[in-house]
Amino acid sequence: MNINRTDALDMVRDAISRAVPGADVSALEPDDPFRDVLEMDSLDFLGFVEILSEMSGVRIEDEDAPRLATLADSAGFLVARST
Amino acid sequence: MAEFTMPSLGADMEEGTLLEWLVGPGDPVHKGDPVAVVETAKSTIEVECFETGVMGRLLVDPGATVPVGTPLALIGPTADGAVEPEKPGSPRRKPGKAAKAGGPTKTGKAARSEKPEKAVKPGKAAKAGKSGEGEKAGNAEKPGEAEKPGEAEKPGKARKAEKPGKPPRRPTRPPPGREEPTGPAPSSPEPVQAPTPAPTPAPVPAPAAAARPGHLEAGPLARRIAERSGVDLETLPGSGPGGRVTRTDVERAAAGRGAARPPRVRATPFARRLAAELGVDLVTLTGTGKGSAVRAADVRRAAPGPAAEPAPARPEAASARPSAERVPSGRPAAAGPSEERASAMRRAIAGLMTRANRDIPHYYLSTTVDVAAAMDRMHEHNRRSPVGERLLPAALLLKAAALAAREVPELNGFWTDDRFTAGDGVHLGIAVSLRGGGLVAPALRDADSLALPQLMAALKDLVARARAGRLRGSEMSGATLTVTDLGDQGVETVFGVIHPPQVALVGFGRVVDRPCAVDGLLGVRPTVTATLAADHRATDGAVGARYLTAVTRLLQNPEEL
Repeated sequence: MNINRTDALDMVRDAISRAVPGADVSALEPDDPFRDVLEMDSLDFLGFVEILSEMSGVRIEDEDAPRLATLADSAGFLVARST
Repeated sequence: MAEFTMPSLGADMEEGTLLEWLVGPGDPVHKGDPVAVVETAKSTIEVECFETGVMGRLLVDPGATVPVGTPLALIGPTADGAVEPEKPGSPRRKPGKAAKAGGPTKTGKAARSEKPEKAVKPGKAAKAGKSGEGEKAGNAEKPGEAEKPGEAEKPGKARKAEKPGKPPRRPTRPPPGREEPTGPAPSSPEPVQAPTPAPTPAPVPAPAAAARPGHLEAGPLARRIAERSGVDLETLPGSGPGGRVTRTDVERAAAGRGAARPPRVRATPFARRLAAELGVDLVTLTGTGKGSAVRAADVRRAAPGPAAEPAPARPEAASARPSAERVPSGRPAAAGPSEERASAMRRAIAGLMTRANRDIPHYYLSTTVDVAAAMDRMHEHNRRSPVGERLLPAALLLKAAALAAREVPELNGFWTDDRFTAGDGVHLGIAVSLRGGGLVAPALRDADSLALPQLMAALKDLVARARAGRLRGSEMSGATLTVTDLGDQGVETVFGVIHPPQVALVGFGRVVDRPCAVDGLLGVRPTVTATLAADHRATDGAVGARYLTAVTRLLQNPEEL
């Protein structure tokens, strides 16, 4: 399934807000390193990866973590992997 | 009759607020069942029962703040030979093991428990102290009894159950380390929280009630009116004696049917709060509590996702919320504003850490461990596993810490009364930082015997519940050795303060790539710095060194993990 960039961004935002309930996702800039901004620890991040993977159908490996640093990166990653 | 007392949920707890009863008088309870929800300065905790028997009178009402050791309820023995039926609506019963540390009943604390009159509701406190109250268990004195029909026969059962040959009351020895702090009596700087009575919901039949077997106790008059006005007696809570449906009940129900507004759902205050936090609509739930009241457990079952957490109590977020979304008046003030909560937590941590630093002569050791093999094993596992079953470095570090504690039991236990007592297993206290600030260190029980995937799952669950304020009593106490993993915060080394009465604290920093000598060559390897802060009263440096050596060996031979 192809994911377009807008959908990808929405998925990433949604996954973050589900992994970190109460996080103000709307205040995140596309290039903010959201892990730091939201003080996500490795368990939070794993939860995010889990949710995002499930939503997008894209398998995300440990090695892919550095590519999920910002909203823009994460969306780009999903778009690239889904094609 | 045994007393169920306010447990000590950690060395830093002096008092707790009873938020909710999960059982009512007459309900059979099993050792290990969660029976009440208690709020401390640090967390909201489900407290397990330490006896198997029948719930007697509840001595403390939700909302009351009482000192540790105060009797909260009486528990009667189960009738001899009678096998009590599985209690429906108690699906979260845990096998007895969990209860081990759950009920620090302190018979010796009876004297102390006489005190709390000011905190307990007037009138209740006086009775709480008296003995021989057990027989009165059936008296419908408990406030709210009237609105909890359908339970009419239960008190009788409790009374019956008490009669025949009581098994001798089991003297419950307080687990080591749960002794009184020897310092001066704790002053109580915090004002006692006034019990906040939940607004009594109008007894409009909630749709949820239909799911529950109803009662048909109703007088002829009530029946006739019901028939005429189309009210289903089956679903109607009765307010008369013995839960009988009275004429007023029927009339009110009939009036309620006409009203357009949605029925106000009967729910416990804690359930309401939880529902608001988790975004669960109470109307959609089937209550399993008394009078079909929605209990916290029902809300949790309905809550979406396992990791749902309370919304952060950021002031700006709250004020930005349109008022229509505000939680209705049912929300109790028991938790208090988050800032007050945070400062109470700060005080609790301050008290404990000050005591630790004053009383414990710490010594510190540190070593850097090559974790290439461990990380390889983890990545290998993760490649083969669905994303939900992946491991984090923390799981391997914790397992190594737990296995090493089994090898060096001198560091796994408590220092009390000038001597060391070994733990009854390796229960790792996991330091969890909370989003609103502060930390808790709930116990991951028997961490040394969990396989890595199970340990990972237990860790996720524990951290999620710690942050959501849903820990259990047995998890709040009983940790034998605490581990702090500050890797996520970016630091390489952490030297911690021991959590009394434990005798050691293990610290792990971030996994970082460092240049290392490997087989005579220079290589870049993932490494982690493991540290140990230990109590010099209990052990000497050689023991600590043995421990860190074991941790190193385990991490370098991950097949042992």
